[in-house]
Amino acid sequence: MLTAPQISYSLLAPILIVLGGALLGVLVEAVMKKGSRAAIQTAIAIGTLVLSFAYLIRIHGQSSKTAAVDSVAIDGVGIFIQGTILVLSLIAVLYIADTDNFTAQASAVPGSEEERAAVVAGKQQTEVFPLTLFAVSGMLLFPIATDLITLFVALEVLSLPLYLMAGLSRRRRLLSQEAALKYFLLGAFSSAFFLFGAAFLYGYSGSITLDGIATAISANSANDVFLLIGIVFLSVGLLFKIGAVPFHSWTPDVYQGAPTPITGFMAACTKIAAMGATLRIFYVAFGQAEWQWKPIILTIAILTMVVGGIAAIAQRDVKRMLAFSSIAHAGFLLAAVLALNTDGLKGALFYLATYGFTTLGAFGIITLVRDSSGEVTDLNRWVGLGKKSPLVASIFTLFLLSFAGIPLTSGFIAKFSLFTGAYESGNTVVVVVGVLTSAITAFFYLRVVVMLFFTDPKSDSVSVVIPSIMTRAAIAICAIVTIVLGVAPSLLLNTAQTFATFIR
Amino acid sequence: MTIIELVPLLGVIGLFVLPKGSTTLVKQFAIGVSIVDLILSIIMALRFDRSVSAMQFVESRNWISSFGIKYAVGIDGIALVLILMTTVLVPIVLLAGWNESENGRWSPRVYYALILVLETMMVGVFAATDVFLFYVIFEAMLIPVYFLIGGYGRGERAQAAMKFLLYSLLGGLLMLAAVIGTYVIATNQIGATFDVTALSGLHIDSATENMLFLGFFIAFAIKAPLWPLHTWLPTAAKSATPATSVLLLGVLDKVGTYGMIRFCITLFPHAAHTFTPAIIVLSLISILYGAFLAIGQKDINGLIAFTSISHFGFITLGIFAMTSQGLTGASLYMVNHGFSTAALFLVAGWMASRRGSTKIEDFGGLQRVTPVMAWAFFIAGMSALALPGLSSFVSEFLVLVGTFTRYPLAAIIGTTGIVLAALYVLLTVQRSLHGPTTSGNESLSDLNLREKIAIAPVIAILVFFGFFPKPITDVLNPASHQVMTRAGVEDPQPKAGK
Repeated sequence: MLTAPQISYSLLAPILIVLGGALLGVLVEAVMKKGSRAAIQTAIAIGTLVLSFAYLIRIHGQSSKTAAVDSVAIDGVGIFIQGTILVLSLIAVLYIADTDNFTAQASAVPGSEEERAAVVAGKQQTEVFPLTLFAVSGMLLFPIATDLITLFVALEVLSLPLYLMAGLSRRRRLLSQEAALKYFLLGAFSSAFFLFGAAFLYGYSGSITLDGIATAISANSANDVFLLIGIVFLSVGLLFKIGAVPFHSWTPDVYQGAPTPITGFMAACTKIAAMGATLRIFYVAFGQAEWQWKPIILTIAILTMVVGGIAAIAQRDVKRMLAFSSIAHAGFLLAAVLALNTDGLKGALFYLATYGFTTLGAFGIITLVRDSSGEVTDLNRWVGLGKKSPLVASIFTLFLLSFAGIPLTSGFIAKFSLFTGAYESGNTVVVVVGVLTSAITAFFYLRVVVMLFFTDPKSDSVSVVIPSIMTRAAIAICAIVTIVLGVAPSLLLNTAQTFATFIR
Repeated sequence: MTIIELVPLLGVIGLFVLPKGSTTLVKQFAIGVSIVDLILSIIMALRFDRSVSAMQFVESRNWISSFGIKYAVGIDGIALVLILMTTVLVPIVLLAGWNESENGRWSPRVYYALILVLETMMVGVFAATDVFLFYVIFEAMLIPVYFLIGGYGRGERAQAAMKFLLYSLLGGLLMLAAVIGTYVIATNQIGATFDVTALSGLHIDSATENMLFLGFFIAFAIKAPLWPLHTWLPTAAKSATPATSVLLLGVLDKVGTYGMIRFCITLFPHAAHTFTPAIIVLSLISILYGAFLAIGQKDINGLIAFTSISHFGFITLGIFAMTSQGLTGASLYMVNHGFSTAALFLVAGWMASRRGSTKIEDFGGLQRVTPVMAWAFFIAGMSALALPGLSSFVSEFLVLVGTFTRYPLAAIIGTTGIVLAALYVLLTVQRSLHGPTTSGNESLSDLNLREKIAIAPVIAILVFFGFFPKPITDVLNPASHQVMTRAGVEDPQPKAGK
């Protein structure tokens, strides 16, 4: 006798709504006239995300382990991370809506007749919107998935669209396509590692659910070698997505090559989703085996902070610099994995939210700084921007100060709460290395401030385009959030505290 | 208390509301705001009860409840005099540096806004009784100074600003680690709080206490600046405008020594004892090193910077002598140093802007050409060498007496610092004020009315408290005793000679 599985559609609705929106987007791409597509797609994407977020608010506070049999867990951390991803993707969509950043026809060979014809004909394709929504749906599933198969599926659902989106840049298309290919190849490798690790964990525990693995670890009856190999390989897959050293080498190339709105989207949302999944896996499944993996993660966290911080100093390209800075931040976040306590979790949730806003804001500013041939990411040409466009330069400085963790910006409170959690659990080493690395990172953030404000503009320097209303709104939201969470973080901190629980 | 903090901040908003193009109006408005603040702080000082050693004018509001962080302010005698010094100095430097803001990268409006923001933070940092609040202001304060040096300074201003900021940030981040450590210990023992009084009752094992103490101390020693963490100071002082230098050395660096008293000693008394010998040695090195380098300086701002390093050596010596005389002396020294550096920097700034040079040798014979300016510089210099009759004498004497009762040898070595001070001040005075008039100086103009008004109160304060320091010491003494009690130290009894 076969019984149909119990599926609680209402709890899964946020994901289903986004998937539905994505499918609708594909349909629109196929049937609507090209002139009206961009506007309709933008409206669909925004509407979908808002609806999904509204639904998420409706179900917040509920928790369930059996929403889709045993495959997903609806709990505080999951909902907080989903909410953060939705809000940030909404901001990212506001940038993406400026379709000027994307190639008219992605399938055309760069520099070919076909491409030129597409541009002349005004065939602006808008497949980026459904792709974004597909990626978002994967991101929503990844941090709440509780079995290894669902985790893998979610990982692929979020990754595949991103590989494509990285190659969509209108300008410097070869660089963009190179980035897409690199990201795809390395991503495919890391997925393979992830699967390999999943297989070993199944071999160890005889279960594919995180709970099953945790039970097997506490029973301590199986062969530890399988567990170790499983943890290591699974971690490789996760750490790749987070961008931790030594699995970080794709980050600068991809961040540089991808269209800037997409880079912002990846830097903020992908990192949050991957971090959410990592936290769940390590807290729920591997929590009991901390002695096995803590030394490894500790080493990786320290390496990630130090390498990210030091390598960023040498960068001359603003996108590469932010890529390395995102690596350093990944290292800070790993401190929360090490903490294994509620305060660490709270800190991580808060950190992810603030980091997401600041990152999106910073990349939003980058889309504005251009010359006649498109965005200029060479820092040497940013000199004297403070004189030409004081407002843009000041807002960028605000984001940089927040990255650097200067008080009265959200980055400071985030660092404080994260390190507090790590310190409480006795990981003093991580905290000390963390604050020292913060000083290193401060150096290169401030160097940019010097370039913006204290150096006279050169003749070939850049100009700032007048942003569209949506871009303007997005940057404004990011800037306001960065300040408000720096001055009055109580509300979000308390929310993070209430949501900082995993259902086990 | 909060009102005194808020007035300058409101002033900043006012500055940006003012109509464009009226630089003079901006200046007058900014000075007006700072004078209002001065009056408010004087009113507060008059209402201050000298017989109470606890914190007064206490205010406390929840800020970040999930960490037990409060917006909590309150002042004792030490904080009161430092706040008064701040509110007195701000209008003076604004008046003195009337034209400083015009050679900057940005408009004068931004300059005055930065200074007023800084005033808010300076008052706030001395008043904060919540460690987290203190830390936030301590770090956030760097940003306006960074832009003041980098945007309105001279010479290699961008580099100097960067060096200043990186040094301070490094110290600040170490302190952050210590703040987190203290907080975590507090959470385990008495619940989540950052209140400085509550935190002083913690039981910390000695290894941890030493680490936490060092975290705080290094940050303060960079700020103060103590040898060997001083290297940012001379570059910053050479590049900053006179007004910024005054605020930087006169007020901001006091946050370092103030922090040592308020946090290092009261929160970690045992560790403070452990490290006292090392710190006293460092202080003595600072005294002598600063003095020797000052003698060799050719640049007048560099000279003042190095004399300050020497003076900060005295202040730390007084603090870590762990006697209430030493502590009162050190606190008084902070105030006096604030005013005497202010006088030196302001007069030196006027000399430099008239002459177009900061080299000491270029100022020969100013006594004849510009008598008022020369006299002002002379008195400021005499105050720097602690001539009896000027206020710094009292504080230097108290520091040395306080040190002598516990560490006679240190006091004796410290005294040689005074001799060296006489040397570097008198040499400079001789080279710049007396002697034949260096060519190019013949037609320099003397101080104008605005400059006279600016410098007069500073010199008046130096002289008045030199003869009659009682009002300040009366305010300081209960606070010093309180700190010493918290640290669990009693003054050594004077030993009768046979």
